[in-house]
Amino acid sequence: MKILVAVKRVVDYAVKIRVKPDKTGVETQNVKMSMNPFCEIALEEALRIKEAGFAKEVIAVSIGPSQCVDTLRTGLAMGADRGIHVETNSSFLPLTIAKILKSLADVENPGLIFLGKQAIDDDCNQTGQMVAALLGWPQATFASKVVLDKDKNVATVDREVDGGLETLNVDLPAVITTDLRLNQPRYASLPNIMKAKSKPIKKMTVQDLKVDIKSDIEILEVTEPPKRKSGVMVSSVDELIDKLKNEAHVV
Amino acid sequence: MMMQKLRRSGEFIRFGCKSLITSRPNKNSVSRSVSGFVNHYKSKGKLFEPSDGNYYNTELHHPCISRNLGMLLQKYKCFGSSAVSLIQRNPLFSSLDSKDVSYFKEILGEKNVIEDKERLETANTDWMHKYKGSSKLMLLPKNTQEVSQILEYCDSRRLAVVPQGGNTGLVGGSVPVFDEVIINVGLMNKVLAFDEVSGVLVCEAGCILENLATFLDTKGFIMPLDLGAKGSCHIGGNVSTNAGGLRLIRYGSLHGTVLGLEAVTANGNVLDMLGTLRKDNTGYDLKHLFIGSEGSLGIVTKVSILTQPKLSSVNLAFIACKDYLSCQKLLVEAKRNLGEILSAFEFLDNNSMDLVLNHLDGVRNPVSSSENFYILIETTGSDETNDREKLEAFLLKSLEKGLVSDGVIAQDINQASSFWRIREGITEALQKAGAVYKYDLSLPVEEIYNIVNDLRGRLGDLANVMGYGHLGDGNLHLNISAAEYNDKLLGLIEPYVYEWTSKHRGSISAEHGLGVMKANEIFYSKSPETVALMASIKKLLDPKGILNPYKVLPHSLFSH
Repeated sequence: MKILVAVKRVVDYAVKIRVKPDKTGVETQNVKMSMNPFCEIALEEALRIKEAGFAKEVIAVSIGPSQCVDTLRTGLAMGADRGIHVETNSSFLPLTIAKILKSLADVENPGLIFLGKQAIDDDCNQTGQMVAALLGWPQATFASKVVLDKDKNVATVDREVDGGLETLNVDLPAVITTDLRLNQPRYASLPNIMKAKSKPIKKMTVQDLKVDIKSDIEILEVTEPPKRKSGVMVSSVDELIDKLKNEAHVV
Repeated sequence: MMMQKLRRSGEFIRFGCKSLITSRPNKNSVSRSVSGFVNHYKSKGKLFEPSDGNYYNTELHHPCISRNLGMLLQKYKCFGSSAVSLIQRNPLFSSLDSKDVSYFKEILGEKNVIEDKERLETANTDWMHKYKGSSKLMLLPKNTQEVSQILEYCDSRRLAVVPQGGNTGLVGGSVPVFDEVIINVGLMNKVLAFDEVSGVLVCEAGCILENLATFLDTKGFIMPLDLGAKGSCHIGGNVSTNAGGLRLIRYGSLHGTVLGLEAVTANGNVLDMLGTLRKDNTGYDLKHLFIGSEGSLGIVTKVSILTQPKLSSVNLAFIACKDYLSCQKLLVEAKRNLGEILSAFEFLDNNSMDLVLNHLDGVRNPVSSSENFYILIETTGSDETNDREKLEAFLLKSLEKGLVSDGVIAQDINQASSFWRIREGITEALQKAGAVYKYDLSLPVEEIYNIVNDLRGRLGDLANVMGYGHLGDGNLHLNISAAEYNDKLLGLIEPYVYEWTSKHRGSISAEHGLGVMKANEIFYSKSPETVALMASIKKLLDPKGILNPYKVLPHSLFSH
């Protein structure tokens, strides 16, 4: 069985986000970019399944500009067998990404597709569900535990839902999106970084995959949340009451 | 030769007209307990019980003192220093009276003169709860003028003072020993100027290091120093103690990055040396006297410091090495191959790693199997792809050569923080592990780990000896962790560690300063002639000795 894992290159989780002055998006120039943390968890789970003997190959896919190769290299250094880079300079919304992944799944025939439940940059939480729908496969989202049964060809998945856990059985092939508590991703070790250098990354374009990239959604504006006003120290109860009465008008 | 002789015989050098200190217990004095622990440890989390009788309760010892001289130290204790040495309150110092307090209220305003017990409690105690004074007054000046007025008055009244910043020191330099008036510069926290062309930042002494870093971040610059205490420590304190930290290997010490400062001397004189020039060869460069003199020559009130452009590409590797020789070789190779982007080279041994893994939550060893030594290599540069390739190539080559046995490279900032957490968490883990004797030594790099091994052999099962620190700067943090403080253990550690360091021409204080903990040990690192000159300078700038007394210089020089 092959496992396909989608990994997205995003602004690093720890970086303070700045909105571009022209409000067309967030600043990504000279900003540390890393693999989306949920995608890292997805990849880690795929690697563990492979190491347990349930899969033969883990393929990491990234869609985006040329620097996505760095994200794929990270994936290869973690242990993925090969990478596919669908190169594009446009930024796609989830439906287009889902179409690209569907078209790759048609070529690669994986038994499982792993995705992070959402990307920390746009917080869409849509791609996994759309891929499953386009492929007509079962889906298990927000996975916090994945157990494979090779003989029955099913996956048992615990999902984190409001107020508890839900356990699902899905027939393979299936799409699984991963939640934070599923696992703790491994670090990229030096020997594996070295090995990753000789692993192949296949470059493709949207045209190669014959995907219609037309989108019905247009982003009008990206703005920062309003700045919180700093507090003031009052020196006495009287001053506080005065402010509550005359400035805040609450008493 | 001479230094050795002095140490062996326990003699004290003569200085000027001062007489030799008496070694007899004096009723106005308090022994420095070798293993005492202040009474307040319980309130700050689960530490450990002091062994009976090891901490001082002066009521038992000198009931008359507190009756006669209410100001006197009630419970000054510290540990971690050689057996029986004495500090006595300088009887020439006046005691605070109500007229003094009224005067301070007049110049500072009522609310900046602190007599509140709780606030004084905090200000009297260092953060490790090792050192505790009994000051009855803390002053919060808002500007240089007020500092000057305070000092002029204290000098005329012979009231001793202790300058205080964030109070994060490790050697008891920032808290009173007896009843010194605390001058805390925390309200002087304004950024005065920033030049985006030269990168020179001018600010007041009470600015918190992290706030300056945040301010600079918005301008695309970073502070030339970074240390664990950044969330509390003040830049004035950093300068006064010549703090080192993690970036020293890249940007050098504060003697290089501080371009100017303003300081107030004991008599209230304001010395304006607040230059912003990188080059200025006009006369003696006196600002250096105030860098690292721990507030004993004057109070630093303003600082101008050269900051560095913030570079976008930071990479961090966590490396495992089999032996210390490999660590050394790796350092040499790193300087040669990563020179222009190398920004940190830190090491820790396996004992330190185990301690962190056992005492801190959520920490895991980044490499798969445990190894004798771990190294953190950080690079900072301007080209992510290039820097990363360079670091990877260097490490892979070292792996092939066998210098490195395993390692990982952080793939995102989160991973990098978890690696730093291990190195920076050692201090915290040590606090949780029990009693700890801390030494901060500069040694030739090839000698650094020999002292750790020697001490392990010497102490056997009595304690856990750990070595970690800034390998790139030749700075070892030698820590001895034990279940509890005890005199036998201390007797085995001191003066052994100091003698060992001295024999190898090292420094007994690389970046922590001498404070009250090591004031008497200065001769292990400085010749009597040098110390005598220091004492002359002290006398010149602070003739009555009111500035941060009992610290930095040996008490014998100022006995009464």
